Amino acid sequence: MNTELLFDPLFAEPFVTGLVFAVLLPLLGCYLRLRDEWLAALAFAQTAAAGSLLAMLFGLPLVLGGLVAAGLAASLKHAFEGATRGTQGAAYAMLLLLGWGVSVLLVANLPLAERMGHALFDGQLYFTDRSHLINAVAFALLSFFSLRWLSRRLLLAHFFPDFFRARGLSERRAHFAFDLLVAGALALSTMSVGVMGAFALIFVPPLIAFNWADGWHRALLLAVLSGLLAHVTAFALALLLDQPFGPLLGLLLVGMGVLSALLHSFGARH
Amino acid sequence: MSAALFEVDALSAGYARPVVGPLSLRLGGGEVLGIVGPNGCGKSTLLAALTGSARIFSGRIDKRPGLRISLQQQQAPAIEGIPFNGAELLALTGASAEGLPPWLESRLAGRLDRLSGGQLQFLYLWACLQAPADVVLLDEPTNNLDPDGISFLEGALRRRADEGASLLVVSHDARFIDAVCDRTVVLG
Repeated sequence: MNTELLFDPLFAEPFVTGLVFAVLLPLLGCYLRLRDEWLAALAFAQTAAAGSLLAMLFGLPLVLGGLVAAGLAASLKHAFEGATRGTQGAAYAMLLLLGWGVSVLLVANLPLAERMGHALFDGQLYFTDRSHLINAVAFALLSFFSLRWLSRRLLLAHFFPDFFRARGLSERRAHFAFDLLVAGALALSTMSVGVMGAFALIFVPPLIAFNWADGWHRALLLAVLSGLLAHVTAFALALLLDQPFGPLLGLLLVGMGVLSALLHSFGARH
Repeated sequence: MSAALFEVDALSAGYARPVVGPLSLRLGGGEVLGIVGPNGCGKSTLLAALTGSARIFSGRIDKRPGLRISLQQQQAPAIEGIPFNGAELLALTGASAEGLPPWLESRLAGRLDRLSGGQLQFLYLWACLQAPADVVLLDEPTNNLDPDGISFLEGALRRRADEGASLLVVSHDARFIDAVCDRTVVLG
C-alpha cells in the first residue's frame, strides 16, 4: 500500500474536482428530496452519460453533449410538472431506460465509446483534468448563487403550494431553473465521479441529513459534511487499494446510509 | 362601507363542472367575512377560485390591483421526514412569532413532523395569518384545535383585522364564525 500516492500533486486536481461535487450534489439533493424527485436525478445522470457518448460519436466536446442531453431531460421533466406523481415517476423511469439503452448500444458498437463508457460508469475521477476542475468550480459558483435565490421559492412552493398563485405569481420558472441546475451538475459530475457515484452523492447524504437534522439549514450542513466525508474516504481508499473511485464512493455512502438509519431507528426506540 | 378589496359577481366556479354559485359578495378593508355551509357546498372551491386554482365557469372576480393574498389550506402538505422547524416555517412567509401562544412558542425550534396535529394546524394558521398580506383566506381554521386553541385564534383574528387586514373565513363551525366575523354568507 503506497500512502505517498495520497500526496502526489498528480491527484490534487481530481481530488478538488470531486470535492466540489461532494459539496454541490448533496446540497441540490436536499431540495430534490424535499420535492420527492430523486428518481429524476438518476434519469438526468444516465441521460447525461448517453449525451456524452453521442457527442463523442459526432466529434463534439463530451461536456457539451452531456449538458445538452441533461438539459433536454430537464425540459422534458418540466413538461410533466403538472402531471400526477405516478405519471412523473413513469416519465423519469422512461428517461432512465432511454439513457441506459443508448449508452450501452454505443459502448457495445464503438471502440472509443467503450473506453469512455467504462470511465463514465466506473467513475474514474483520477482521469479528470484541469478543464473538469474549472467547469466544476464555475458551475458550483453559479449554483450557489442561484440557490440563494431559489431556496425560499422552492421551500415556499412545498410548504405553501398556493402561495405564489394566490399573489398572481408563478413558481414554474423557479422549478425549471432548479431542474436545469440539477441536470447541469449531474452532467458535469457524471464525467468525473461516474453515473452512480454522482447519483450516490445526490441521494444518500440528504437521506442521512433528513434523519438527524432539526432544521433545514442544519440538514444542508449535515448533507454536505456527509458528502465530504464519503468523498475524502473513497478517494484515499481508491488510491491505496488501486480500485475504481465511483463504486467505492457508492458503497461507502450506502454503508453510511444504512448505519445512519440503524442508529436513528435505535435512537427512536430508546 | 370601506372600499372593496375584491368583489365577486354572479360567480360560478368548480373543476370539471361548477361546484359553487352563482354567488356574489364583497370584502371590505379590515372586514372579517364568514362563509358557512354544509360539506360539499363549495366553500373551499370558492377560496380556490379566489386564488386562481379553480375554474371560473361564469361571472367574475374583481380584485384590487397588487392585492396580496395569504391562503391557509385545509390540508397541510407532506411534512413527514422533512427537517424543517417552526421558526423556519414562519420565516418563509415573513410571519412574526410575536404573540404566539406559549404552548407553541416553546416548540418553534422543533421539527414540524414532531408537532401534534393541533400544534401544526395552529402554526400553519399563524404563518398565513401573520404573513404580510392585505387579505387572509382561512379554510376550516378550527380543525384539530382544542377549545383553548380556538379561543386564542379568535383573539388573533380580531387583532389582525384591527391592524387593517381583511379576512375571509370558511368554516363549518357556526359558533366560531359568529364569534369572529362581522358578516356571514351562507352557502348551500
